Amino acid sequence: MAQTTSGRGGSGGDWLRDALPRLVLSPSFAIVLIFVYGFILFTFVLSFTDSRILPSFGFVGWENYQKLFGLRAWGIAVKNLAIFGSLYIVICCAIGLLLAILLDQKIRAEGFIRTIYLYPMALSFIVTGTAWKWFLDPGIGLQAVVRSWGWESFTFDWIKNSEMAIYTIVIAAVWQTSGFVMAMFLAGLRGIDTEMMKAAQIDGASTFALYRRIVIPQLRPAFMSAFVVLAHMAIKSYDLVIALTGGGPGTATELPATFMYSYTFTRNQMGIGAASAVIMLMTIAAIMVPFIYSELREKK
Amino acid sequence: MGFLDINRATKSYGAVKVLHETDISIDEGEFLVLVGPSGCGKSTLLNMIAGLEEITTGDIAIKGRSMNGVRPAERNIAMVFQSYALYPNMNVAQNIAFGLEMHGVPKPERDKAVAQVAELLQINHLLDRKPGQLSGGQRQRVAMGRALVRDPDVFLFDEPLSNLDAKLRVDMRTEIKKLHQKLRTTIVYVTHDQIEALTLSTRIAVMFGGHVQQLGTPKEIYDRPANMFVAGFMGSPSMNLFPATIAVENGRAVAKARKSGGEVTLPFAEGRGFEAQAGREIVLGLRPEAITDRDGADHRSRAVHVIEVPVEITEPAGSDTFVMAHLGGKEVTGRFRADVDVRPGQVFPFAINMEKAVAFDPRTEARIA
Amino acid sequence: MATDLSAEASAAAIKPVRQAPPSGSHGSSQVIRTGGAARIVIYLILALFCLYYLLPLYIMVVNSLKPLSEITAGGMMALPRDWTLSPWASAWSTAQIGVAATGLRPFFLNSILMVVPAVAISTVLGAMNGYVLTKWRFRGDTWVFGLLLFACFIPFQMVLIPMARMLGLVGLAGTVPGLIFVHLVYGIGFSTLYFRNYYQQFPTELVRAAQIDGAGFFTIFRRIMLPSSGPIAVVCVIWQFTNIWNDFLFGASFSDFDSQPMTVALNNLVQSSTGVKEYNVHFAGAIMAALPTLLVYIVAGRYFVRGLMAGSVKG
Repeated sequence: MAQTTSGRGGSGGDWLRDALPRLVLSPSFAIVLIFVYGFILFTFVLSFTDSRILPSFGFVGWENYQKLFGLRAWGIAVKNLAIFGSLYIVICCAIGLLLAILLDQKIRAEGFIRTIYLYPMALSFIVTGTAWKWFLDPGIGLQAVVRSWGWESFTFDWIKNSEMAIYTIVIAAVWQTSGFVMAMFLAGLRGIDTEMMKAAQIDGASTFALYRRIVIPQLRPAFMSAFVVLAHMAIKSYDLVIALTGGGPGTATELPATFMYSYTFTRNQMGIGAASAVIMLMTIAAIMVPFIYSELREKK
Repeated sequence: MGFLDINRATKSYGAVKVLHETDISIDEGEFLVLVGPSGCGKSTLLNMIAGLEEITTGDIAIKGRSMNGVRPAERNIAMVFQSYALYPNMNVAQNIAFGLEMHGVPKPERDKAVAQVAELLQINHLLDRKPGQLSGGQRQRVAMGRALVRDPDVFLFDEPLSNLDAKLRVDMRTEIKKLHQKLRTTIVYVTHDQIEALTLSTRIAVMFGGHVQQLGTPKEIYDRPANMFVAGFMGSPSMNLFPATIAVENGRAVAKARKSGGEVTLPFAEGRGFEAQAGREIVLGLRPEAITDRDGADHRSRAVHVIEVPVEITEPAGSDTFVMAHLGGKEVTGRFRADVDVRPGQVFPFAINMEKAVAFDPRTEARIA
Repeated sequence: MATDLSAEASAAAIKPVRQAPPSGSHGSSQVIRTGGAARIVIYLILALFCLYYLLPLYIMVVNSLKPLSEITAGGMMALPRDWTLSPWASAWSTAQIGVAATGLRPFFLNSILMVVPAVAISTVLGAMNGYVLTKWRFRGDTWVFGLLLFACFIPFQMVLIPMARMLGLVGLAGTVPGLIFVHLVYGIGFSTLYFRNYYQQFPTELVRAAQIDGAGFFTIFRRIMLPSSGPIAVVCVIWQFTNIWNDFLFGASFSDFDSQPMTVALNNLVQSSTGVKEYNVHFAGAIMAALPTLLVYIVAGRYFVRGLMAGSVKG
């Protein structure tokens, strides 16, 4: 597949022409090498130092990691991520699959409906957060509205409730992303061989059996991608929390991403902040590296 | 030294040798066809001539000038690709003129050259269209036009007809042949279709497994295949190959082969030199047209021998009827005249033209004589 | 967070789309017969979800057009009784953002100044990279691509500290050019991914034909590749635009008051703890921050999703 046309022992101009493709690629590669991988290394090193408000290079071994895992705030952030991440992934996939299957039934105005389901993807999480923040606010939002309709005892104050606030993040995040998951599943459904569906029908499969036994098992690749995308988004979630709850009430909705930011830039515990970033990177790498590797291998 | 010389050229990808040492030399105006099954190295060799792939060792020269290290654009070659590779964003005229433009030919000359080529290929009316608006045959013509307009030393064709339907393929084949006869250009043409190879070429290189199995004129390749691979690959239906043993009867060399319930004796034509090899096991090769009915046999042949063999299957094919029987434990096919009344199960006289017989060594698979 | 849009895009790009675009007319639906009653239920469910997805948009729009008193009186769901554009005017030019009463206008301009060059440069670089990685392959190119690809997925928390230091050292901290640079760096991976996957489908024979015709590296790119790159360029531009416009983390980390992008300013507006909470102004501001990307989505959304699916088919 190589279309090298290089001449052996050519002149200087030949050398330039042969190297040209690599020269063109090299600025991008250098940028990524320095500002992604170099910086990752830098942060990694910082996580073993006594850096506080500024980077410093007094090495302290694993101390930052030990401190990090001893911190109650980090424990909360990790627990929140577990709750948020699992609910977010499961609900997005469930809604996405349901909507994709329903939309695949020769629906009139399918394009229009799809546009509505997908538009939240175009919004910033800050916008999403603002809209949901005031809608869920008991003082003016849903609770106040229902009460003004006459149901005086109606209560929906999750966003102000330390126990329940994390679920409001799930609600807003699902709202933003489930339409996209629907699109992924729909693309998967459209890729399934129609003749196989016909054969299953001739074999006497009911619509339910058709989907459960034939269609959904074939959506495995779509499930895989949805999982990778959603898990990766969950771990990196930052904007939505800031806009919706600011991490509160108290620290009830802190996630690792917000923890890292506040420890590094407001609490001046840069070493611990760096350690938490390293943990985040490791988690994402554990999901992404096998995925990317298998993709690139398959392509060969 | 010829016009195009391939001198001990090889190609390896890492440890994998895809082309073994290859020597081919052709003269100006020749039509060389590289033919073989997929993966035989023919396209690799073509790409090496084009300069699209590097030569690992050896040398390729055009007009006596070594092409090693010379860029495709500077080799004065033109190529017609299997997919035609027409630039989708340019119209036909721009497609044809692109190579000239890249070589700095001024616009008025380009326009003139395009007009000439369009005239030659009868595509004048298509010049303003985009490739997407053309039929397969039209694209094929444009691709050839793009090559012709450059007036190159060597034309390279990479399976140019394989994307066309059967009828169009035959028409375009004739067209290419006409074009070659008219323009007398040097052509290297890759195909997996042995009929294309036989009809178009002045010389054929049959390739298999990264080796050139035989290089020769179509007649040489057809009548005197160098080995059993070439014998089986070239010609359709392919050459009948069945085991036999050489014997000498009455001072004359014969081949003895099993048939159901007995043995047939087929005397060789004189002067083949088999007399000294009595007892040798061989594989006997006979083209289907050398096995026919008594009246269909070649009257000029002095070595037609008739044997009686049970007929197994007949396949009327319009102009001929193919008749299958067993010899030496192998199925053999004879090409009979269409109106011969022959039925399965019948024991029928087969006329064998032994002048056309070739013999192979069963172990090396090479032709003995 | 800011990168999420692109994350989705990329994962879509790497995998799920060996399939037809969702708009394809021949789906599995053709063989499934559903009864009348079942169809009513299906339409009902689909309609309910439409309401769910439209609800926040409805709330933002109607509440940005009514006086504050109507909201605080429990009328968030109702249409305005007293239609007014003053929340919009206030959000645009007079609302208190942080310490100054400038409205969102200067920050909207900041975002535009940031987005345009960042999108343009990263798209051009991505196209060149994709071209090299598919048509001028070299030993180790898969590794190079793998490294570029993984860079798309790292948590940016991992680079915040050194990037802040670096921008400070070269004097770009708190400036719009600094933000452009940051978005450029972390946008290259995606734009390369798009173009690489797209060009992988592009017939290599065309490049070979052009080589034989005498075209060089740049000529082939300009005359052969670029004219066929329209769809993927649109996809790339839209994604990068959406992505960078919607970014919050980099904006919050690397901008000064003067160089804040729209998302950061909106958050400051909404979170400000001084004075009365002007919900109607917040909603108007939120719509302003959403409008550019929403507009792009409405104008090119169908084409965009389709182009994304088509352009990212596995090679």
